[in-house]
Amino acid sequence: MEILSQIASELECGAHEAVRALTQSALEQELEAGVILERGLLAGMQVVGDRFRNHEVFLPEVLLAARAMNAGLELLEPHLGKAVALSRGTVVIGTVQGDLHDIGKNLVGIMLSGAGFEVIDLGKDVSPETFVDTAHETGASVIGMSALLTTTMPGMKKVIALLKERGLDSSVRTVVGGAPVTEEFAREIGADSYGFDAAHAVECVKELVG
Amino acid sequence: MTMRPFLERVRNGPVVIADGATGSFLMARGLRSGDSPESLNLTRPDLLREVAQGYLDAGAELVQTNTFGGSPMRLATYGLDGQTEEINRIAVEAVREAVAGRAYVSGSCGPSGHILEPLGDAVPDEVRAGFRRQMEALVAAGVDLLTIETMMDVGEARLAIEAARSVSAGIPVMATMTFDATPRGFHTIMGNDVPSTAAGLVEAGADVVGSNCGNGSETMVEIAREFRACTDAPLLIQPNAGLPQIVDGHAIYDETPEFMAERAKELLELGVQVIGGCCGTTPDHIRALREVLLT
Repeated sequence: MEILSQIASELECGAHEAVRALTQSALEQELEAGVILERGLLAGMQVVGDRFRNHEVFLPEVLLAARAMNAGLELLEPHLGKAVALSRGTVVIGTVQGDLHDIGKNLVGIMLSGAGFEVIDLGKDVSPETFVDTAHETGASVIGMSALLTTTMPGMKKVIALLKERGLDSSVRTVVGGAPVTEEFAREIGADSYGFDAAHAVECVKELVG
Repeated sequence: MTMRPFLERVRNGPVVIADGATGSFLMARGLRSGDSPESLNLTRPDLLREVAQGYLDAGAELVQTNTFGGSPMRLATYGLDGQTEEINRIAVEAVREAVAGRAYVSGSCGPSGHILEPLGDAVPDEVRAGFRRQMEALVAAGVDLLTIETMMDVGEARLAIEAARSVSAGIPVMATMTFDATPRGFHTIMGNDVPSTAAGLVEAGADVVGSNCGNGSETMVEIAREFRACTDAPLLIQPNAGLPQIVDGHAIYDETPEFMAERAKELLELGVQVIGGCCGTTPDHIRALREVLLT
């Protein structure tokens, strides 16, 4: 469908006004909101995510694309309905204690919402207690943790230890990511999954909730 | 002993050996991961003197203050922005006491931690004013120069340089940014390349420009070569001791002092005027640099 690839390519350029207008007309053409999301917004975001990973574009392009994605998503949300929003479960995300970087985490949040998850974003500098309490209170099935500093990465281990301590480690699974985080580190601290970038983190969450 | 004016020394040589990492040193002495390193200025100024002394003994002639996250924007995360002046003043006093005129005292200023409008929500005038507040405290406490470092957005670096210039027209200002190697050459995460960075920093009023952090010494030689090709401004280069490997949840840097010192010879040949270390470097690295570069 022509309009969906237009949405994707406008999103790739970060043209949020164009994305909003095209999303609106796609809805008026009675395309399904879920289809517009998957094949328009998320398809474009996937391209930007890949380009960022390959260093073909930089953070400004990703931030602009994310803004365009949100512009479209706002229009789609009333149409996506609770059925889609709740079908995949709740994910609690945040940047670990001491870490003020939240760019990667925000991207993961946007893409998780786009993929139909209920996302509770605790922001940055989140304590292990807040991660675990929030997951417990909201019945979340996954905690996603991000770190951009080698000095704050050990905070991830504390969250996992706290889940074990409270006997929640089988009901709440964990996925970790961020520039200095490696698969080896994730395994070593006992995380259930490791997302090497935002798009992959969403795949990990999907697998974890199976 | 009194030091020659910093910029005169930079212009006429010999190369200035700067210090190495502070954060890892403080963590080894009890700074907890997740705490503000600058909070130690209020509670353990003795540690600041100890770090400075370690680098002085190793032969560093330029010592940075423990104020990398000392802007009110960063301190606000820990609820410490109300103590911006005190935190910066104590850091300078501690280093000055240890140095006692034997080295240049440099006020370290790191990024605000925010992304500027329109991509992010930080208002440029407010960011500039925040840097100014930190720098006023550093200059009032007697730093010999200011070092704006680990910047990733040349726009933010320029705001910091403008702030420095508004505090003092004459104080030497060094400004360095952190680059990633990409298929299209070195770029910051915000997409600034070396030529536009060098031009932007110099135009905003920096006296010395260059790169710190993000790369080991081999890659830093390549970055220095790019800087040298596009600017006549004096250069400052501070490599990490390699890239961090995570072992048992801790960051381990694997470049030995000898390895780094060999690469530093190449920096010297390129005409880099100030050479030091960033993450993972220790007084041993600085001692090795000094032996290789100044003997």
